[in-house]
Amino acid sequence: MIRAAGLEKRYGSRRVLRGIDFELPRDGFLLVTGSNGSGKTTLLRVIAGLAAPTRGKVQVDVHRGRVGFLAHEPLVYRALTALENLDLFGRLYRVPERRERIGMLLERFGLWEVRSERVEDYSRGMSQRLALCRALLHDPELLILDEPYASLDEHGAGLLDRELDELAGARTLVVSTHDPARIELLATQRLVLA
Amino acid sequence: MSSAFSWIRGLPALATLAAGLIGLALLLSFFIAPEDGNQGISQRIFYIHVPIALTAYFCFGLGAWKALLLLWRGEERHDLESYVAIHQGTIFGLLTLITGAIWAKASWGVWWTWDSNQLVLFLTLFLFYCAYFMLRFSLPEGPRRSRSSAVYALFGVALIPVSFLAIRLAEDFIHPTTFTRDGPQMTGTMFTAFCVSWVAVTLLAYVLYRVELVGKRLHTDLRELREALE
Amino acid sequence: MTYLADVAALTRKDLRVELRAQDTLPAMLLFVLSTLVVFHFALPEGTGEDAAYGLLWVAIVFTALLGLARAWVPEQEHGVFDGLVLAPCDRSAIWVGKTVATLAFLLAAQVVALPAFALFFAPLDAVALVGVLLADIGICAVGSLMAAMAAAGRARELLLPLLLLPLSIPLIVGGVGSAISTEPERYLLLLALYDGIFAVLSWASFEYVVTES
Repeated sequence: MIRAAGLEKRYGSRRVLRGIDFELPRDGFLLVTGSNGSGKTTLLRVIAGLAAPTRGKVQVDVHRGRVGFLAHEPLVYRALTALENLDLFGRLYRVPERRERIGMLLERFGLWEVRSERVEDYSRGMSQRLALCRALLHDPELLILDEPYASLDEHGAGLLDRELDELAGARTLVVSTHDPARIELLATQRLVLA
Repeated sequence: MSSAFSWIRGLPALATLAAGLIGLALLLSFFIAPEDGNQGISQRIFYIHVPIALTAYFCFGLGAWKALLLLWRGEERHDLESYVAIHQGTIFGLLTLITGAIWAKASWGVWWTWDSNQLVLFLTLFLFYCAYFMLRFSLPEGPRRSRSSAVYALFGVALIPVSFLAIRLAEDFIHPTTFTRDGPQMTGTMFTAFCVSWVAVTLLAYVLYRVELVGKRLHTDLRELREALE
Repeated sequence: MTYLADVAALTRKDLRVELRAQDTLPAMLLFVLSTLVVFHFALPEGTGEDAAYGLLWVAIVFTALLGLARAWVPEQEHGVFDGLVLAPCDRSAIWVGKTVATLAFLLAAQVVALPAFALFFAPLDAVALVGVLLADIGICAVGSLMAAMAAAGRARELLLPLLLLPLSIPLIVGGVGSAISTEPERYLLLLALYDGIFAVLSWASFEYVVTES
């Protein structure tokens, strides 16, 4: 599914990633750990296709439209409501039965009641839950999650636990975290960045 | 690091040739070519001004070509080549403005005239390429910067003919009476002087382009060596 | 057809964001009207209509710059730009959507500003209006690409006018010419030529400035 060989990424004179090699089979679960500034986000952006490696290569055997990406930021419009945001991305991703899918996800992540409120009025945790809805909207084959537990409260984290439990083994997952205890049992592979 | 030697190979010889040709061109234009009947001695700057202007165009064109190669083939080295070509083009563009101003002073008694389409076009281009440098220095180094710079460089070559057309059209309402400036009737010696000068300036620009490129590449190599040692 | 559907969805989103936040259009309107009042004092008695047309074009370009500087702000917040780039739609559709939305804001500002100009200074005929429309298309097409490039840099608000003004000189020539020349067709042709060349160039290069590979 994903094959990385001799991956190096530098921004000008600053080297962010160096000598990354790994291979992740279909439906595998790669856990990426490392301290702050070790390049976790950059690696995930390279896998998602948002950044190009300076040297080496990464091969991802899945179409861009089948990748789900959760970033540090929620990647949704502040001035729009949850419903409007998901509707826009649902159209761009050509999600079949869009309305039903959106309703189901909002329900599952406890956002149905606030679906018509603007994102700018959301708390950090609510934004993060909406971002998860956005990433899962098109039922991606490859799901890339950058620090998914950040800013989630215990309830939200529980919802995510349940989701990851379901997805592990059924979808390919790449998850970065600086606190691996929570999900390391699900992971099939582990990559530690220094 | 064997590549460093291949970058420099032939460069001293080319530089010497360029210097010699520049000397010959100056000799021809100031002492050998006959004085122009209408404009007198001031016409002699033509042998310097026009080749410099043509060379600036050539550099901008080269920069755009390298930019196209970068976008097309995705080879990172074209980014530096495109940048260096445009850098040289901007230097020669500034020289065009300066020599043009001197010519304007000698011919019409003013340092600047909006009547010369060539000068107005160069002023536009000079501003455009200064913005190119602003763009480059404001973006963080990396593929996005290379690609945005390349796109802007390509806009530059599209802007040259469109601006030229616009400036020609603008003559109608900006100053209906223009100076008549028929190209000087060139005699054989004049034409030779012009051609030698053109070749000399082009070669000089090429040598400067190579020198700057070598310097920038050595700098990058050095940085990588230093990192490897750490 | 999906291309047009994507463009429609993106444009509608921009209009909706603006309707909600009202960040751009009121500022553009107020700016262009204030500029017209400033012109009254900048134009001494007896300068004639031609000078007024010239200043009108300065106002149009700077109003467009004001709108373009804010064009990608909704995408810069919360990293939405990455979200759009990841979507499987053709990236150029993002550019088309933004160009159409910016054009709509500029036209909306001009619906008020141009009659005000005609009332305060000098009449505008149909040819001049066609010139305005053509120049608007050109400046929004090029401007939304340049704004996307500038958005990635430091001092983005400062960078955009520097990138765009040298590129808009032919538009000013065409616009002023179509307003005051006795043979305006040539100027309209120049504007149409500019739109054709630079719209295609911007359309083709947008993908390169928002992606790395």
